Amino acid sequence: MVDDPEAPPAPPEARDPDAPTHPAHDLSTHLKSYEGHPAAVSATGKDPVNLPMIRHWCEALGDTNPAYTGPEAIAPPTMLQAWTMGGLGGLGGLGGPGGPGARGGHTGRAQAYDELLALLDASGCTSVVATDCEQEYLQPLRPGDEITFDTVIESVSDRKTTKLGTGHFVTTRTDVRVGETLVGTHRFRILKYAPAQAKKTPPRPRPVVNRDNAGFWEGVERHRLLIQRCTACAALRFPWLPGCAHCGGPDWDTVEASGEGTVYSYVVMHHPPFPAFDPPYAVVLVELAEGVRIISNLVGTPYDKVRIGMPVRLVFQVYDGELTLPVFRAAEEAAAEEAAV
Amino acid sequence: MRTGDELPPVEIPITRTLIVAGAIASRDYQDVHHDPESARHKGSPDIFMNILTTNGLVGRYITDHFGPRTVLKKVAIRLGAPNYPGDTMVLNGRVETVEGATATVRIVGTNRIGNHVTGTVTFSLRDAEGTPSEHTRA
Ligand SMILES: [Zn+2]
Repeated sequence: MVDDPEAPPAPPEARDPDAPTHPAHDLSTHLKSYEGHPAAVSATGKDPVNLPMIRHWCEALGDTNPAYTGPEAIAPPTMLQAWTMGGLGGLGGLGGPGGPGARGGHTGRAQAYDELLALLDASGCTSVVATDCEQEYLQPLRPGDEITFDTVIESVSDRKTTKLGTGHFVTTRTDVRVGETLVGTHRFRILKYAPAQAKKTPPRPRPVVNRDNAGFWEGVERHRLLIQRCTACAALRFPWLPGCAHCGGPDWDTVEASGEGTVYSYVVMHHPPFPAFDPPYAVVLVELAEGVRIISNLVGTPYDKVRIGMPVRLVFQVYDGELTLPVFRAAEEAAAEEAAV
Repeated sequence: MRTGDELPPVEIPITRTLIVAGAIASRDYQDVHHDPESARHKGSPDIFMNILTTNGLVGRYITDHFGPRTVLKKVAIRLGAPNYPGDTMVLNGRVETVEGATATVRIVGTNRIGNHVTGTVTFSLRDAEGTPSEHTRA
């Protein structure tokens, strides 16, 4: 693709926001075309500057400066950005704190910033982190002051490689006014980035197969869950062991589990994270209909919906394209799936 | 106050409460500042302090040291290593320039991982009447 480097970039409106992936150079050019565009115009702060918000801020930060209390109170200058934030009722987390999307006014939003962020999202830069904040305080803000603000997209960097991943720095400048008076400026830089790709999930741990349990794993391969049975006393045992815990007999045969069971107990793993597993997840102890218990996972049920006594059904699942494991599904769900087949 | 003066360091324990309270007081409801599970899903080991809280703490470090006569003019910070719960941030400052009534302090806030924040704070000192002190005026 040939681009005339001298040609001024087309304004954003002239571009197709749904255009498919741009080559990196073209994308950078496109991104840069947003420089100078407004991100907020005459937006209004959600609340006038007020003592309760000032007090909450001071309590949170442990700031006991007397300048922020009493009849002559001013707002902590470093609160400047807080007066522009949209909060929960605001316009969603676009761009992080300081991103104009995170703020507020009901009026005055300009589309350019949303478009720019959408373009970055589409190029894989879906994560955001604030990197720089530069504020100048020209006049103190006092309770009762009603602020308005204008934000402009100052710059969009080329693609940069950072520890977090590759992405673009987006710098905005916000002028905060009370009436016609400029009271402060706020320059804010975020990095919109594609997270350094989570290395592929490591494989699940492999079972240690030995003479004592080889029969079990051969059964699993054939999608059969085999329980050992003592040929002397007929006691069932699981997991597999070389001898009978009941009578000591060394000889055994097997019975195939029906696959019905209930959750006898479970734990939810939050920490520490283990490669191959994505916490939080439930580890269940299932009591099989035959009476023995097996440790496994419950698949298809959110970790916080697992309950003791829950009926479950055996399924065989293949991991990493080669490892078959017996796991369980909530019984209703398994039934519904069978019906659908 | 002279160029090169070092401010005494201040230790700030990074508690979960500070992170969450600071985020909410600054009206920043991004989940990475209050919801550990969401933070983990976004590749962070835990919640972390938002930039507005760091900004406020840096301002507080200066006004606590120089007192209520301090008038903040400019705070410029850059974030590095995140402040996670359980860590401690140690703020250090050094007077970089003094010009008339106005001084600039370079600040660094370090935690266990490295530099959480680096930057500068520019401020002046008012006298009792609220005007910049004569002896520091240019
Ligand atoms: Zn036996």
